[in-house]
Amino acid sequence: MTLPEPGQADSVILRVENLGRSVPGKILVSGATFEVRKGETLAIVGPSGSGKSSLLRLLNRLDEPTTGTVYVDGTDYRQIPPRELRRRIGMVLQRPFLFPGKVAENLQFGPKQRGQNLSPAEIEELLAGVGLSGFESRDVSNLSGGEAQRVSFARALANSPEALLLDEPTSALDEAAKRDVETLIRQIGQEHGIPCVLVTHDVAQAARLAERALVLEGGQIVRSGPVKEALHA
Amino acid sequence: MLKTLFHSQLQLGLAQAGVAALTALLVVMAAARRGIHLEKDLAIAMARGLVQIVAVGSILLLLLRSPSWTSIFLLIAMIIAAGATSARRAKGMPGAFQVSTWSIACGAGSVIALMTALGVIDTPITALVPVGSMLIANAMNTNGLALNRFRSDVLAHVGEIETALALGADGKSSVSPYVQVSFEASLIPAIDSLRSLGIVWIPGLMAGMLLSGARPIYAAIYQFVLLAMIFAASGLTSLISTLLIRARVMSPAEQLILRPGQ
Ligand SMILES: Nc1ncnc2c1ncn2[C@@H]1O[C@H](COP(=O)(O)OP(=O)(O)OP(=O)(O)O)[C@@H](O)[C@H]1O
Ligand SMILES: [Mg+2]
Repeated sequence: MTLPEPGQADSVILRVENLGRSVPGKILVSGATFEVRKGETLAIVGPSGSGKSSLLRLLNRLDEPTTGTVYVDGTDYRQIPPRELRRRIGMVLQRPFLFPGKVAENLQFGPKQRGQNLSPAEIEELLAGVGLSGFESRDVSNLSGGEAQRVSFARALANSPEALLLDEPTSALDEAAKRDVETLIRQIGQEHGIPCVLVTHDVAQAARLAERALVLEGGQIVRSGPVKEALHA
Repeated sequence: MLKTLFHSQLQLGLAQAGVAALTALLVVMAAARRGIHLEKDLAIAMARGLVQIVAVGSILLLLLRSPSWTSIFLLIAMIIAAGATSARRAKGMPGAFQVSTWSIACGAGSVIALMTALGVIDTPITALVPVGSMLIANAMNTNGLALNRFRSDVLAHVGEIETALALGADGKSSVSPYVQVSFEASLIPAIDSLRSLGIVWIPGLMAGMLLSGARPIYAAIYQFVLLAMIFAASGLTSLISTLLIRARVMSPAEQLILRPGQ
């Protein structure tokens, strides 16, 4: 199952090969082939309905691909139990969908699924990492939109993922909250070395955050490469 | 009044049906004046209901003298029809017909079998079929309510469910809050009829028993017996169907299959 590539084998976290999905009467994504490397942010841009979310959902197998596969650290992801796969490849959506209760309980959710428990110190560290020190016993129902989204980042990070999938994580936020989340995304890549796949319709945001970009149209990758070239071609 | 005009029972029955149908039509006409059009639905439903019940009445007439084991076949046919009817309440749910039919068969079927074995339900076909059909019909309604509620709750919480999956939750536990709510909601009618027995309504069977000469106190106790059996049959059916459907909305790779627009 391991297909090492000379030179950069260590740095490739996800290798996506000919990935596609169609449903009766519609091709959602087809022939997607690309890599995600350690510490980088890869932007996926494209017009509404071009299949960005559909592609992202294939990467943690929330939907089943109808062609191709993804290699996670060299292993075909169909060989990895889905729950373990999703622990390793975290996801943050446009809306945070926090579970009712306290912030700390939300952070515990992922580890609890495997029978583990975060210590108070670990919770504090995760919250400090997203700029929300002291929020552990706050009820999620009275957080601002930006705070809620940062809690959902901390909740995904609590699983110690090897990569993060982000689907329009700032598009429901105002300017100030958006800048906070952008800063956070930069830190996740630079300080933790966790690569991010960032779906965004905002080309300027892609240019601010990503090193490389894929442009999707009609479910197909029409351009890819370093972010400036891919976006301004 | 009608009794003085019609002397044969069949004529009287048809006349009574005519008057009742006319009353229903008046209600529909009142609704039509307010822009709510039920004429077609009601006409079809009434014609269908009348034909069905007359047909069944004729079959019962034929079966009255058949040995009681023939009721098993009648009850099985009713269970399948009930499964098909309540599956329609669950549009787009994978395997709704199988789930409904199995749940009603296990839920209502086992209560009927146990109660017949214990002598709570009489074995002659004239007792077993009407009582059994009552249990099946109520199990059908409960099952329809449970599946309908489960479907709409899951569709309304796709984001929450997939968020849990994306954090590594297993498929079953990520939909179990909606299983529980659907189960509880589906049993509200059965609990309410038990609670209001004799105050809000007196089941038709009691009138029948009194007419056929049973002692009133026994007829009354048997209504309670009947409602308790209905509750047991409905509860068991709903429990089974919500558990079965929970497994159907998830794929083996823990993916939510039931999504909006499908
Ligand atoms: N399960 C499905 N069945 C049928 N069509 C679907 C399904 N899922 C998505 N689609 C369609 O596929 C297309 C791509 O959807 P997708 O959500 O991936 O687009 P997107 O690029 O994320 O768009 P947006 O920027 O608006 O979020 C859309 O036309 C959508 O309606
Ligand atoms: Mg999208």
